[in-house]
Amino acid sequence: MTVMAVQKDPQNLTMTLTAEFDAPPTRVWQLWSDPRQLERWWGPPTYPATVTAHDLTPGSRVAYYMTGPEGDQPKGWWRIVEADAPHRLVFQDGFSNDDGTDNPEMPSTRFNVTIETIDSGSRMTIESVFPTVEALEQMLAFGMEEGLTEAVGQIDAILAEDTVATR
Amino acid sequence: MQVTPPDFDRLFGALADATRRDIVRRAIDGEEGVAELAGHYSMSFAAVQKHVAILERAGLVTKERSGRRKVVRTNLFALLAARGLLDRYEELWRGRIDRMTELIAATKEADR
Repeated sequence: MTVMAVQKDPQNLTMTLTAEFDAPPTRVWQLWSDPRQLERWWGPPTYPATVTAHDLTPGSRVAYYMTGPEGDQPKGWWRIVEADAPHRLVFQDGFSNDDGTDNPEMPSTRFNVTIETIDSGSRMTIESVFPTVEALEQMLAFGMEEGLTEAVGQIDAILAEDTVATR
Repeated sequence: MQVTPPDFDRLFGALADATRRDIVRRAIDGEEGVAELAGHYSMSFAAVQKHVAILERAGLVTKERSGRRKVVRTNLFALLAARGLLDRYEELWRGRIDRMTELIAATKEADR
């Protein structure tokens, strides 16, 4: 069973998620290190991912594209900052242009992944660090969700939520 | 983040008007003053100024000095929006963890 904890810090634009698996870290690491396994979980069912380059050596990159329901294919890259199999992976995730080159105008997200051994198997912690609110918006807009929810509509929804919560 | 309950009537009241919602959206960049904002609407400067004042009282925008001008900037928005966005981002990752769990379970089946 996967036990999860999620901590969100809107002020610092980070989210830390903890999941536990009943498998050793070496098995959990394969989810990241084997491109065929990676593409089976990275993209949501509506935007499956295809990994076209994959090397987890620090300084190397991973390249992928996702295929949307309309046939759109947003491309992305990872740049590996740190890799210590099977326990730690640090990478920057960003967007690519159609020709596969990095799109420097789009923001990138830092991921800090740790996989520890615990009695029942492994505990994986993923920290996502967004540089700006816009980066988070773009991350969700690109291949993750169908378009951006209008900002003001969101405010309304959040305010409505808070009102219910404070009652 | 917690917004204290007494602010809600004001926030809701301020956001209940389409022009004011539009001003909140335009002021995210914090580049325009009241005069420039007024240029977007077919209403008087005074009317727009009034809308901005309502938003200001609700804490949704602030007036800031930018060089020699005063610009209107959306406040609170980033934090509220960030929270809503992080909720959606969490959903994305919950889906990923579910798929990871299924993959691990599938290899276990295969090993048997």
